[in-house]
Amino acid sequence: MVKVAVYPPNSLILADLVERKGHTPLALQKQIRQKIKDPEIDSPPMNITEEDPIKGLKYAAIEVPSGVRGRMSIIGPIIDEAEAAIIVDNAPFGFGCVGCARTNELSIFCLRKKDIPTLEVTYPTSRDETMDMVNKINSFLDNLNELDSDNADNADNTDNEDNE
Amino acid sequence: MVKIALVSCGTEYSGIQKEIEKAALKFGAEIILPEIDLDYINEAYEKFGFSAQSSSLKLMIARAMSIVEGKCKPDAVFIATCFRCAEGALVRNEVRRFIQNNTRIPVVTYSFTERTKADELFIRMEALATTVTRRSILAREKQEGLTLGLDSGSTTTKAVLMENNKVIGTGWTSTKDIIESAKIAAAEAFEGTGYNWNDVEGIGTTGYGRFTMGKEFKAELIQEELSVNAKGAVYLADCQRGEATVLDIGGMDNKVITVNDGIPDNFTMGGICAGASGRFLDMTSRRLDVDITELGPLASQGDWRKAMLNSYCIVFGIQDLVTTLAAGGSKADVAAAACHSVSEQVYEQQLQEIDIREPLIQVGGTSLISGLVEAVSETLGGIDVIVPEYSQHIGAVGAALLVSGMGNRQDK
Repeated sequence: MVKVAVYPPNSLILADLVERKGHTPLALQKQIRQKIKDPEIDSPPMNITEEDPIKGLKYAAIEVPSGVRGRMSIIGPIIDEAEAAIIVDNAPFGFGCVGCARTNELSIFCLRKKDIPTLEVTYPTSRDETMDMVNKINSFLDNLNELDSDNADNADNTDNEDNE
Repeated sequence: MVKIALVSCGTEYSGIQKEIEKAALKFGAEIILPEIDLDYINEAYEKFGFSAQSSSLKLMIARAMSIVEGKCKPDAVFIATCFRCAEGALVRNEVRRFIQNNTRIPVVTYSFTERTKADELFIRMEALATTVTRRSILAREKQEGLTLGLDSGSTTTKAVLMENNKVIGTGWTSTKDIIESAKIAAAEAFEGTGYNWNDVEGIGTTGYGRFTMGKEFKAELIQEELSVNAKGAVYLADCQRGEATVLDIGGMDNKVITVNDGIPDNFTMGGICAGASGRFLDMTSRRLDVDITELGPLASQGDWRKAMLNSYCIVFGIQDLVTTLAAGGSKADVAAAACHSVSEQVYEQQLQEIDIREPLIQVGGTSLISGLVEAVSETLGGIDVIVPEYSQHIGAVGAALLVSGMGNRQDK
């Protein structure tokens, strides 16, 4: 099981595809859910407070607008945790979006430079392109399974060697 | 309850949504979000014609369109985008123009950071709420009867007595005790006019001490300085229609207000630094041993480039000017450098937060320093700067103008 970051990070369709293949989708909803469940904070609608854009300084400098840093305070930890990534470029907002082009640019760059298995596809505009995109995503996720089992074997071998 | 539509790119991501709602509530207003469906976003965005990359800005455009098309009917609009976002600033200003050109709904814009607190938003929300509830007062373009305007500022208290659209008396004193200072300024304004407190038909108060004065003198109008100064400036400069910018470099803080048809729609205020205030010029005139009233004409004769000024700071900047004098520099060059320094710092720290619209009306005590007015014009690329008569009494004039027509207190 691999932790897969999806982009747009709140795409339910992408999160569902990842889950169906037995991996863990790293989606924005989970992060937000954690925040809004916190009884200590009362800053509706998402309980993002003044402190969050400050946490976002880990990913973007102080000169970057607070909206980008606030978004990065939620998306950044997802990127940090990711072991693989699926990025859909040019997705319309109905597919999922964080609303800010600068956040998109920074998040996608951070995922790319992470040196993890990454699949980048363009949002489809026809039925054929849609099938093609889903197939590509499924194949990518299947390959992650192999990668995952290889890693598990390697880990076992290392453990055995250590034991010996 | 006044309904204020929030048109923004995502205030919730900067953690300030609650602060905006709190500020609105304080002035009897509630924040609403214009509801629109997904298909309408694309439709509205294409109709508007601005190619924004951020989808929240597309949503912002669609929300503005829904207001203009009457799908959502707020009483006022608050447009906000992130501070330092170029795309956000462009869309914010275009959306503002779009709403103003197509509706009569009052608009206020703001660029926010995560540090934005409800206190900073109060004056904007108060201006928005009062623009809605007091539209008829703000629409006043002519003063009638005998009215008194009192402006209790951080440094000085001003009084203006107006009669039938003319200023007939003015008073000015440094602010100490709010009520006593107001009485001194008012006495000065009454002097020689043959009138006294009992003759006045209406009293309007503004400035920091507006509530204290308003209560004491039972004022008919107690109004924040944003609306009052803007109104006073466009009235005196005869720019009551169309757009304008009002600049007030004060003794302790500076204000820049953008105005549309006499109603303020954006505002920046701050005591950024003593070096960018009238106090810097006050200290310079003392160092030069000239009266503050002579500083302006002196600066007009000098060349700021000939005086060394490596710091904007009121301490180190003044030291630099003294060094220039000690090295044989002329007083005129030093005066010019001081004016240039203040104007440059106001430009760098404050004017960049706001879209400057011509004409620029410079008001407040410092507008009487001609060298500073010239420096502001030069810093802004040579634009025309209007300094109307009574520019130093702008708030009091605005209060006296707005309170006229609110009924005669003698009849009550």
